[in-house]
Amino acid sequence: MSNKNAHAVEHSGTDYMLLGKILVLLMFFTFATITITELDFGTLTLTVALLIAGVKSYFVIAYFMHLKHEGLLLKILVISVFILYILIVLITLIDYYYR
Amino acid sequence: MSEHIAHHDEHRDDAGSKLGMWLFIFTELLLFGGLFLVYSVYRLQYHQNFHEGSLELSVTIGAINTIALLFSSMTIAMALTAVQRQNKKLALIMIGLTLLMAAVFLFNKYIEWGAKFHHGLYPGSELMDGLDRGHLLFFSLYFFMTGLHAFHIIVGMILLTVCFVKVKSNKINNDRFVLLENGALYWHLVDLIWIFLFPLLYLIS
Amino acid sequence: MSNGVGKVEYVSYLEHKGKYTGIMSWLTTMDHKRISLMYMYGVMTFFFVGVVLGLTMKVEHLTPGETIMKAQTYNGVFTVHGIIMIFMVVIPGLSAVFGNFFLPILIGGKDVSFPKLNLFSWYLYITGSILAVVSQFMKAGPPDSGWTFYAPYSSSTGTSVIMATTAAFILGFSSILTGLNFIVTVHRMRAPGMKFFNMPLFPWSLYATAWIQLLATPVIGITLVMLIAERLFKIGFFDPALGGDPILFQHLFWIYSHPAVYVMILPAMGAITEIIPTFCQKKIYGYKAIALSSLAIAGVGFLVWGHHMYTSGMSENARWFFSLLTFIVAVPSAIKVFNWILTMYKGSIDLKPPFLYALSFIFLFIIGGTTGLLLGSVATNVQVHDTAFVVAHFHYIIFGGMGFAFFAAIHYWLPKMYGRMYNIKIANIAAVINFIGFNILYFPQFVIGMQGMPRRYYDYPAEFQPAQIFSSIGGFILAFGLVMMVWNLVKGARSGEKAPDNPWGGSTLEWTLPSPPSLENFDEAPVIKENPYDYK
Repeated sequence: MSNKNAHAVEHSGTDYMLLGKILVLLMFFTFATITITELDFGTLTLTVALLIAGVKSYFVIAYFMHLKHEGLLLKILVISVFILYILIVLITLIDYYYR
Repeated sequence: MSEHIAHHDEHRDDAGSKLGMWLFIFTELLLFGGLFLVYSVYRLQYHQNFHEGSLELSVTIGAINTIALLFSSMTIAMALTAVQRQNKKLALIMIGLTLLMAAVFLFNKYIEWGAKFHHGLYPGSELMDGLDRGHLLFFSLYFFMTGLHAFHIIVGMILLTVCFVKVKSNKINNDRFVLLENGALYWHLVDLIWIFLFPLLYLIS
Repeated sequence: MSNGVGKVEYVSYLEHKGKYTGIMSWLTTMDHKRISLMYMYGVMTFFFVGVVLGLTMKVEHLTPGETIMKAQTYNGVFTVHGIIMIFMVVIPGLSAVFGNFFLPILIGGKDVSFPKLNLFSWYLYITGSILAVVSQFMKAGPPDSGWTFYAPYSSSTGTSVIMATTAAFILGFSSILTGLNFIVTVHRMRAPGMKFFNMPLFPWSLYATAWIQLLATPVIGITLVMLIAERLFKIGFFDPALGGDPILFQHLFWIYSHPAVYVMILPAMGAITEIIPTFCQKKIYGYKAIALSSLAIAGVGFLVWGHHMYTSGMSENARWFFSLLTFIVAVPSAIKVFNWILTMYKGSIDLKPPFLYALSFIFLFIIGGTTGLLLGSVATNVQVHDTAFVVAHFHYIIFGGMGFAFFAAIHYWLPKMYGRMYNIKIANIAAVINFIGFNILYFPQFVIGMQGMPRRYYDYPAEFQPAQIFSSIGGFILAFGLVMMVWNLVKGARSGEKAPDNPWGGSTLEWTLPSPPSLENFDEAPVIKENPYDYK
């Protein structure tokens, strides 16, 4: 962080192969979701589909968006924003669940 | 050149620009977050109707669009790597591919919406007015969410076109690539939102 | 400067020669200080429009029944008063005006991180403001939904709600971009050696505010877009006739608008925190507690929105839950008040205008805050919901809190911003008049609110008339005090005597600079202190 343009000096970037592997993984998860929802586990289906979506977004954020190689600050911020959003949704749903 | 201009040009802070883009992404996430909240509330109330409503959507088109966006997300990440490794030609190809995938996505969306309109299913239509509350809300959400997402795709395409031109004229190079980096971040955001929209709208049948 | 050779000759930012001269040098400026002044002129102009609208309401309330306007006109007037005061005055108030000017200076930076974006935010602000004002004169009539735009009325009324909501959307976007800019500025523009815990407390409060602006405003943005879509395309999210749920609108609205209250009050608290140690010549008591309580207010403030909705038909469990959270958010605010008062203890107090306003702020904020707890508890809230009691409460917080903090800040920093001093005696008299007028205006409303006077009514039963007249008289006293204050400030800024660099004996970085500062703020690297308030 001391050098403002530190990352401009080293720039090998993310390896092409790694990006390709992530894509394959994401494709796999996409087909997995479609298959699972067709099998139908009842109310669990959506939960599983959302969990898989969460895993997919982890890979997009960590590798495509390079969060894995960013500083601690940004990682904390991203996590906090997601936690805040989930809290807001849960608190709103308290109202609707008990109405 | 006056001092005043020089004052603002001399300052360059790539990490700052990137932090700014991330913050903008947070704003966008909360913007869509409001919509996802509306979706969750109504789905909790009209579980069965949402289930039936999603039967009307084509999983195939949705899946093709998902794949197109995932693929474009990879190509734009590769474009960034290419610029960093001074491979200008590959970078241009990769940005071009991304734009192509975006066009494919929009074309599919056009087909999908077109079919709905053809059947008389669009906001304000007689058919929509005749639906019961749950179905009405599902299709309202469908049009609103996909519409707003498509709008973001268009904005992203404009941004990436600018990047394309700047890579071509070497204004984006392996020393100065924060614009492409931010453009790519924005594009991944569009992809991220679709990752959630796809199961929520298409896969709850 | 750019080649770093020799000492730079001092030219104030007001006299700096750029590419353009005259008005264009302002409209194209990217200097945070000039942008701050442009915000201030906008805010002050709209403030007086809002004040005039408020006074017409007070005149209307002089007698029961129709005095000077019809019911529908009154609905328009209170809506416009609300939109202007909330979105155009109070939200950009302290953060865009004094934040822009002093955030970079207080952290030892040359400017904000994105000067162009900063100017763009100002243009958005002006565009949104003009739209909001124009919406009042549209053929359909001024919007009459109240500033809260509650559905389903807002989605069915024939008045120009679309234009007003578009205006609010644009103003919100301006606020988001300002917040974004400030967060990056705090992270990236601090002078070398300035750590987070070496920052003065005004930047701390701006930092917490900026997070709220960034994360809460988009929610209202999308809500207003949904409202517009509902009106234009009949996509029914909130109107029960179209299948929607009006209470969901209230949830979304307050998910933003409650944190927005902290967008208003946090920078105000920050400015007060700067003023108190200066006029007591004493180190601030509990630096870390004040800094972290700002973040705590911002964080918990996100989760308490439901206390605006106790009577809307929310479930019982949600009501006690929101009530609990509301009481928790009062704690960090109380910590701040406690620390301010302890800072004054045994300090050498100097009763100058900024400090007078700061004292008024604390007094009014305590009244507003404790009545807020009354409203935060479900049982009492149900009694006084939508009465003049609520009106009195939030005016004590927003006007008595944020408004008086704005006055305190402008009296504190005007010598630095313009390099000239106002007449201190007149400023003191105006401060006392404002304080008295304010209390006469709003305190009776607590009383008649308790007795059942509803808000947003142009009419009332005759038994409330004495209190209403009393309150209206207070309104005119306050307006007189405000005119006197602004006249004195304008005169001081234009032709007052030259102000010294450090007229109040302040210890933070802005007072080490010449008044007014130069374009680049720091022609020499600033000396960073361990504690910014190191009075002996």
